[in-house]
Amino acid sequence: MISSYAMLVLFSVIALFPVWQVVSISLRPGNKLLSTDLEFIPSNPSLKSFVTLLTERDFLIWMGNSALISIAVTITGVAIASMAGYGFSRFRFPGKNMGLLSLLTTQMFPATMLLLPMYIMLIKLGLINTYVGAIVMYSATALPFCIWTMKGYYDTIPTSLEEAARIDGCSQFAAFYRIILPLAAPALVITALFSFMTAWSEYVVAAQILQDSSLWTLPLGLKSFEASMSTEWGLYGAASLMVMIPVVILFLTLSRWLVSGLTLGSVKG
Amino acid sequence: MKQNRSFIGFLVIPAFVILAAVVFYPFVYNVVLSFANMNLYKIYDWHLIGFKQYVKIFTEPSQPSFYSVLSRTLVWTFANVFFHVVIGVSLALVLNQNLKGRSLFRTMLILPWAIPQYIVALTWRGMFNYEYGAINLVITKYLSLPAVEWLKDPVNAFIACIITNVWLGFPFMMVIALGALQSIPHELYEAAEIDGAKWYHKLRTITLPLIRPVMIPAITLGVIWTFNNLNIVWLVSNAGEPSDNTHILVSFVYKAAFNYYSFSYAAALSMIIFMILLTFSLVFMKSSRATQAAY
Repeated sequence: MISSYAMLVLFSVIALFPVWQVVSISLRPGNKLLSTDLEFIPSNPSLKSFVTLLTERDFLIWMGNSALISIAVTITGVAIASMAGYGFSRFRFPGKNMGLLSLLTTQMFPATMLLLPMYIMLIKLGLINTYVGAIVMYSATALPFCIWTMKGYYDTIPTSLEEAARIDGCSQFAAFYRIILPLAAPALVITALFSFMTAWSEYVVAAQILQDSSLWTLPLGLKSFEASMSTEWGLYGAASLMVMIPVVILFLTLSRWLVSGLTLGSVKG
Repeated sequence: MKQNRSFIGFLVIPAFVILAAVVFYPFVYNVVLSFANMNLYKIYDWHLIGFKQYVKIFTEPSQPSFYSVLSRTLVWTFANVFFHVVIGVSLALVLNQNLKGRSLFRTMLILPWAIPQYIVALTWRGMFNYEYGAINLVITKYLSLPAVEWLKDPVNAFIACIITNVWLGFPFMMVIALGALQSIPHELYEAAEIDGAKWYHKLRTITLPLIRPVMIPAITLGVIWTFNNLNIVWLVSNAGEPSDNTHILVSFVYKAAFNYYSFSYAAALSMIIFMILLTFSLVFMKSSRATQAAY
């Protein structure tokens, strides 16, 4: 028991350490940015970095760009994957095995495999430096995994549920939409989170496609604090904190769905 | 289940259309590119040159050489996935007990996964700073050891990348393992206890075999993701510093494509990475299915 707690505490400290670093840096007053103290909260904490970030920098523009792109990718991901996953899980149709296999295969593509051809295509189509370019790239990255996750989850839901619903007079669509989809909520949540995070936290694709600084997403903006001759640590800390908070809250609120045995017992009795 | 063509079409055709346009077509284009001579200056004026790019990769000396990058990639992948699985499964086993504060611990332990990767990378890069970074401060102040030059030495910079990636990757394996553990019926353990089984018997004969079907695909995915993880190496080592000595294959390709604009060379390298991973996955999934019969 004690060793269990010791292990949990140790790893929790390791997990929290970098987060605490970011918090601490964001609160440092301007003259102590390069401090060599490991204080939990710096002495004379200051919110100046946050104020500068919100009033003098393009932070809100980056956030708007990121939100727009991420939401578009999430909607595409969840809508397409929840349907296609069900099709792959429950029905036989020509091209099914090929389709499943190629979904898996895309997971083995290095990032450049799609990025480079797409980059050249986007240049030729004049879509470089547009939201559409980024949304298309991220959807292409996220969709195969989302479909695969949904399919895997539907596979664990017994078909007897739909059969029962059909006997009770449900149409095929209603059986899917009203019985199975709600049961697949944990997988839907994972799919949504995954699609959202794919776009929200992506740097290397954005760096090539969104070159105009008015289109920058948060990762490009944050990197720019680090890239200048001397890193603007205070602004970086404040910005990372504000980027992290919504994602982390989302993640933690939904984390119980991540591990959940919702189907357990729904067929029993 | 009863077949209904229009319903099936409604479900899967949108996915097929989108994937054809944004995945299949670029893939074919990449294959063509890898046999051509395109770069930034020949973007409209390129032609096929056969296997020359591939020959160039395998035989022409480059800085860094293909083989050194390949072996670094293998070390990178193995070290990361090994620690992800060991730490993740151990924590899942601990969390699966009836402990006080279990959900609080789980929440804290998922945190590294919840934080966007690029922030993780940039933050750790800051923490590895020689003078002001938290890692060296902890090493010198609390452990009384000499400070480590993390980012200027090729080996240390590479280790720094691995540490960062281990940190961010273990929660995924933990969550997957925890899910698998929770689906194991309690009756099995009760039956084993009646038969007088010790904890390690239960671990070896019930727990591990039963989480195996879930862990094998997760590990396969983990290997692929790690092999292809561009963010961490690119951002922690700041594009391969010192002097392109920390690259793994995928960051090397990215640099070839977008810093040197050798499009066809990069396309050929992408193909090689893809082939390596495809071979690995086929062999790994097949051999793990073969050994599964042992249980």
